[in-house]
Amino acid sequence: MKNYVKFGILIVAILGVLAWLAVGGISDTKTYYKTISEVTQLGDQAKDKRLRVAGDIAPESIVREGQTVHFTLAQDALRLNVVYSGIEPLPDTFKDGAQALADGKLGADGVFHATKIQAKCASKYEAKPVAKPGQPAVRTS
Amino acid sequence: MENVGALTILLAFCFAVYSVVASVAGKLGRRPFLVLSAERSVYSVWALLTVASSILVYALIHGDFRLAYVAEHSDHAMAPIYKFTAWWGGQEGSLLLWSWLLATYSSVVVFQNRRKFRAMMPYVTAALMTTETFFLILIAFVESPFKVLEAGRGNVVEGVGQGLNPLLQYWTMVIHPPMLYLGYVGFAVPFAFAIASLATKQPGDSWIHTTRRWTLVTWMFQSTGILLGAGWAYAVLGWGGYWGWDPVENASLLPWITATAFLHSVMMQEKKGMMKVWNIVLVSCTFFLCIFGTFLTRSGVVSSVHAFAQSPLGPFFVTFMAIGIAATLYLILSRLDYLKSEAQLESVLSRESSFLFNNLILLASCFAVLWGTLFPVISEAVTGEKISVDAPFFNRVNIPIGLFLLLLTGVGPLIAWRRSSVESLKKSFFWPTVAGLALTAILLGAGVRHFYALVSLALCTFVATSVMLEFFKGASAIRSKSRTNLVIAMVELTHRNTRRYGGYMVHMGIVLLFIGFTGKAFDKDATVEMTPGQTIELGSYHLQLTHTDSGQNENYRWGRLYINVSRNGRDLGTFEPEQRFYIASRQGASNVAIRRGVNEDLYMNFAGGGGQGGKFVLQAYVFPLVSWIWIGYWVVLLGTLICLVPSKSRLLYPRTEVVGIAGKHAKVED
Repeated sequence: MKNYVKFGILIVAILGVLAWLAVGGISDTKTYYKTISEVTQLGDQAKDKRLRVAGDIAPESIVREGQTVHFTLAQDALRLNVVYSGIEPLPDTFKDGAQALADGKLGADGVFHATKIQAKCASKYEAKPVAKPGQPAVRTS
Repeated sequence: MENVGALTILLAFCFAVYSVVASVAGKLGRRPFLVLSAERSVYSVWALLTVASSILVYALIHGDFRLAYVAEHSDHAMAPIYKFTAWWGGQEGSLLLWSWLLATYSSVVVFQNRRKFRAMMPYVTAALMTTETFFLILIAFVESPFKVLEAGRGNVVEGVGQGLNPLLQYWTMVIHPPMLYLGYVGFAVPFAFAIASLATKQPGDSWIHTTRRWTLVTWMFQSTGILLGAGWAYAVLGWGGYWGWDPVENASLLPWITATAFLHSVMMQEKKGMMKVWNIVLVSCTFFLCIFGTFLTRSGVVSSVHAFAQSPLGPFFVTFMAIGIAATLYLILSRLDYLKSEAQLESVLSRESSFLFNNLILLASCFAVLWGTLFPVISEAVTGEKISVDAPFFNRVNIPIGLFLLLLTGVGPLIAWRRSSVESLKKSFFWPTVAGLALTAILLGAGVRHFYALVSLALCTFVATSVMLEFFKGASAIRSKSRTNLVIAMVELTHRNTRRYGGYMVHMGIVLLFIGFTGKAFDKDATVEMTPGQTIELGSYHLQLTHTDSGQNENYRWGRLYINVSRNGRDLGTFEPEQRFYIASRQGASNVAIRRGVNEDLYMNFAGGGGQGGKFVLQAYVFPLVSWIWIGYWVVLLGTLICLVPSKSRLLYPRTEVVGIAGKHAKVED
């Protein structure tokens, strides 16, 4: 019986440490999915949260300035100005009219400061990215 | 043609259903001819699906653009090999490949065991064909690969297709999906044997002996598939990473983790008759995680920019998994009496305990990855807000897990079964520990302060030393007996017990993989806008953009940078990162330039520009040690192959003294 106590303590200790790491990991990296209209309505509480906003890249809105890239995300009539200054390269699929996901925080100036951009190609017939299971077709992050 | 294709799939479906019904009815009603006819229909399913696949491949190569699948995934301008790979380039075709591979595996199993395991085989056939039936329902009735585009829909230009996604037009992508599928599908076989052993109330071991090779081969395919995917991501996608914890990647990792746990805990059952229920649970988890992975990538449940489009397949998968898991659970619970453990854990310092912790940790990792992958779904269900977690979460949990596993890799094989004394541990681990600490001291002296990197490299040294000592000790014993040289003695040693020394080899490969992963801690990068003639410094490299070029062929338009690289005054040649824009699919792709080296890779990506102001954006990275990942893979592969070679002297594996169990000794391996 004593053995089972020993094993029990060890197992609980290991799982405890992992659970602690996991909880910390979640609270540090969690990102809220929001639409553009939700972002504009969030007001002050939006400033602290990491957000992920989806929209279409407004045509001819992409401006590159050194390492930063400015563009506008559009959803119907709504617009959100985005500044990207992440270190990772923008994906090949990032271009006018493409669907994009921007991760980052809303600045006090109402501009969205993105640290990560993912983009889906605007396909010729329909938005159907082709991939096989197990691997991404478009690695964008 | 497409009608014949659709018809063969429909017929294959009928045969698969018949096979399930006939094998179970034949077994229960004691009618051997029914069982035999069920096995024959397995071959028919294979033949029919082979015809269906050939028709689809012919249509792809021939360019029959009336078919929706061909129009979406093939194009005249593509190289023939990619026209062939378009077979699995999309949803419907890849499901057809799944079904065809499962039929192939099933036929092999039925043929191999046509005179063996007569009691179990009907259930094996039934389990395999039930899975086959499920996939055939999908391609026969839901997502047919032979759908003809409607005339007048206005979206078909005669003779032109969309082409395969350009990112997939790369050599590893030719073999990566089939490898991964061979892995995914292959786990159905051990699972089917486990189910059959439960159904026939066979106490314990025979299913494990028969499926050990299957599991190993399947595991090897799965590892190959994952590593090829990583190698492809690294060489093609232009961001320089090989693993991004994307849901689709995680889907392939999950069954791999449980399969690895299974490969280890199986030894507990073989040698000590322990963990019988656990092994069945593990093999079932692996199988259902394979199905789950296929589901995850096709249903659009978790948003991944990489997955297939949203499709109506989700509910089918959920139904199949729910029924399958419920049936498996019922079988396990009703057979618990036959699965009693024959021994008990005796000490925390024992081989048994190291296996136990290995399993615990692997399962914890599996759970963490699954949890992170499904977090958006779970959080939306619970709080109503869709929240996702990112790579840092996965890394934070999995790095410590990985390091702990690495430690066990070194410790486990050297601890005695049942119980081990602290004294003997000191003896076994003295030199490995010294080596690990020495390396830590050297690295600290060299100014390395990255905590995980230090721990990882120290553990790598520890494990590598202990593995090499094992080889050396064994080989010296042989050498002194037979007076051969050390190399021949090592070959002889390995040949005498391939399972053990092949396993060590796999562990060695894992060490090399970890060395490669650790290099990530020392990455350097620079993103610069350059004009021709300009130079930058990165690490010890000196990069000069000499000139640029652009052009067009029938498949894509391209732009190219010519970068002259030198290091410490020595010229290393010109590198040409390229940017492409594929015309048929209207997609961009980058073709990076990599200077590979054993100590580090220099990685250059043409990220854009050339439009306004004539500036070109170059991304340059230095990735230390990354080549060791690919080297490690080859060592893992070699080790696995060695494990598959039968041992020279059919070694007897007595169960280590299980007191009170008579007649269980002298189990012959396999």
